[in-house]
Amino acid sequence: MAAMLDIKDINVYYGAIHAIKGISLTVNEGEIVTLIGANGAGKSTTLRTVSGLLTPKEGEIKFLGETISGLPAQDIVRAGISQVPEGRRIFANMTVMENLELGAYIRTDKEGIEKDYQMVFERFPRLAERKEQQAGTLSGGEQQMLAMGRALMSRPKLLLLDEPSMGLAPLLIREIFNIIVDINKAGTTVLLVEQNANMALSIANRAYVLETGRITLSGDAKELAASEDVRKAYLGG
Amino acid sequence: MNIQRKNDLMYLVLGLVIFGIVYGLMEGGMIGSFWKLNIIIICINIIMSASLNLINGYTGQFSLGHAGFMAVGCYVSVILTTNFHMPLIVGMLAGGAAAALLGCLIGLPTLRLNGDYLAIATLGLGEIIRIVIMNINYVGGAAGFTGIPHLTTFPWVFFTMLVTLFFIKNFVNSTHGRACIAIRENEIAAGAMGINTTKYKVMAFTIGAAFAGIAGALFAHCFYIINPSSFTFMASFNYLIMVVLGGLGSLTGSVAGAFVVTALSAALASWPEFRMIIYALALILLMFYRPQGLFGYVELTAFKPFRFLDRTKGGRE
Ligand SMILES: Nc1ncnc2c1ncn2[C@@H]1O[C@H](COP(=O)(O)OP(=O)(O)OP(=O)(O)O)[C@@H](O)[C@H]1O
Ligand SMILES: [Mg+2]
Repeated sequence: MAAMLDIKDINVYYGAIHAIKGISLTVNEGEIVTLIGANGAGKSTTLRTVSGLLTPKEGEIKFLGETISGLPAQDIVRAGISQVPEGRRIFANMTVMENLELGAYIRTDKEGIEKDYQMVFERFPRLAERKEQQAGTLSGGEQQMLAMGRALMSRPKLLLLDEPSMGLAPLLIREIFNIIVDINKAGTTVLLVEQNANMALSIANRAYVLETGRITLSGDAKELAASEDVRKAYLGG
Repeated sequence: MNIQRKNDLMYLVLGLVIFGIVYGLMEGGMIGSFWKLNIIIICINIIMSASLNLINGYTGQFSLGHAGFMAVGCYVSVILTTNFHMPLIVGMLAGGAAAALLGCLIGLPTLRLNGDYLAIATLGLGEIIRIVIMNINYVGGAAGFTGIPHLTTFPWVFFTMLVTLFFIKNFVNSTHGRACIAIRENEIAAGAMGINTTKYKVMAFTIGAAFAGIAGALFAHCFYIINPSSFTFMASFNYLIMVVLGGLGSLTGSVAGAFVVTALSAALASWPEFRMIIYALALILLMFYRPQGLFGYVELTAFKPFRFLDRTKGGRE
């Protein structure tokens, strides 16, 4: 079976800076795949390239068999990929509800949208209590939930998550990761970027390790979690 | 009839009442010719500030060249009415269309710029338009275009203003408007939601330019002569002051801002130096005590006594 997302040997530059040096990776339908690595390794750059905010200079990205590299971001959302960007980037001066409405921006099926609001509120009960609250006044964890809920409102086939655990307390991280697993079980494929390698490897099927723009290791998440190299470099022994 | 339409009807009735009173006073000779002209200018400035607010306040694109689009509408319309004896409405539509076309053509490359850079680019654009006009002999160059028929009347400007406000209000409350506001709030996140950010920025810029062109046409036909010095950077800046003073992202604010600034400068017309000091002081005080403007991001209907005007919100703040 062909992969859902197929990244083939892409090179991405910021001006003269060569940030991604020939990365290839695949995500199959129904999987959780995680991309781990140190600060500045190029994890966010990879996600931004998939979602169309950056264009690879060389290489190709295919989604469901169609080439998407080079398409503008809005077309990639329409194709079925939704990103929760690093640092959340919610619409701070809008209410929780208005944020979710914008998440469904590309959709026109009123009934389906109504159903999905309910789905998001069931998944994130904290948001249900705060429908009319200004998003900028939510706590960090609630903002992360809103960013995820908003991404789900476009009914993505593939969800890209960039460090959902950033700046959250351990208990909340656990809650967020449980939700990621639930979302995946409900049928959404997930590509997860994380600093928190321990947590990420515990929920993922497969993993890639990124170091300064190159993939140095890849394989089954459980095996990588057990491997000596990964333990030393990313899991604190 | 849905709630939105009911609201529009309320505003229309309110507009007609104001029109009736002011027009009655004018016809009854209670308002002199000086204030009559200034009331017309206030209405024109409301069109200018509301359309600039669409670009600056709602879409968050900092434009400093609005007077340039006004100049385009002004000159296109006077050529048609004076040299070709067309009626005012043709001049207004052609002026608006020409300004919109220019706005679209220029918006496509420049709206890729952000913040300060866009401000500088639009500032330059406004000046280029003015200097180009100054060098076209057909329209009188720096000396100005003369012999313009006096076609602008109070009913014309008032109803054009109502149409403008009605159009912009409905635009910002539509999905297109939501997209523009999302871009203002966070352009990257808006793009990630599937909003075509370039398209909406250009759309807001084009619509804003179109109304500035229409305002220019109305402005020109208030006078016998018009010259490029009416459309300097200072004029653009003046419209920006109205928008900021009234409140970014608030149409009520644009109306209030245009009203306050125009009425104040008319009242102080005999003391021009004094006028600039009052302007500056008003802005400084505003930035200290109300940096969001008189009505930043809220409409009149958010206040209790006026809530009856808006049934959509159900009394929500
Ligand atoms: N806009 C930019 N302009 C220039 N260089 C950039 C830009 N964004 C990222 N970089 C560089 O590209 C490299 C990869 O950055 P990236 O943000 O992808 O790292 P990351 O793996 O997500 O790190 P972190 O875990 O800290 O988020 C870094 O060296 C960074 O400095
Ligand atoms: Mg990152």
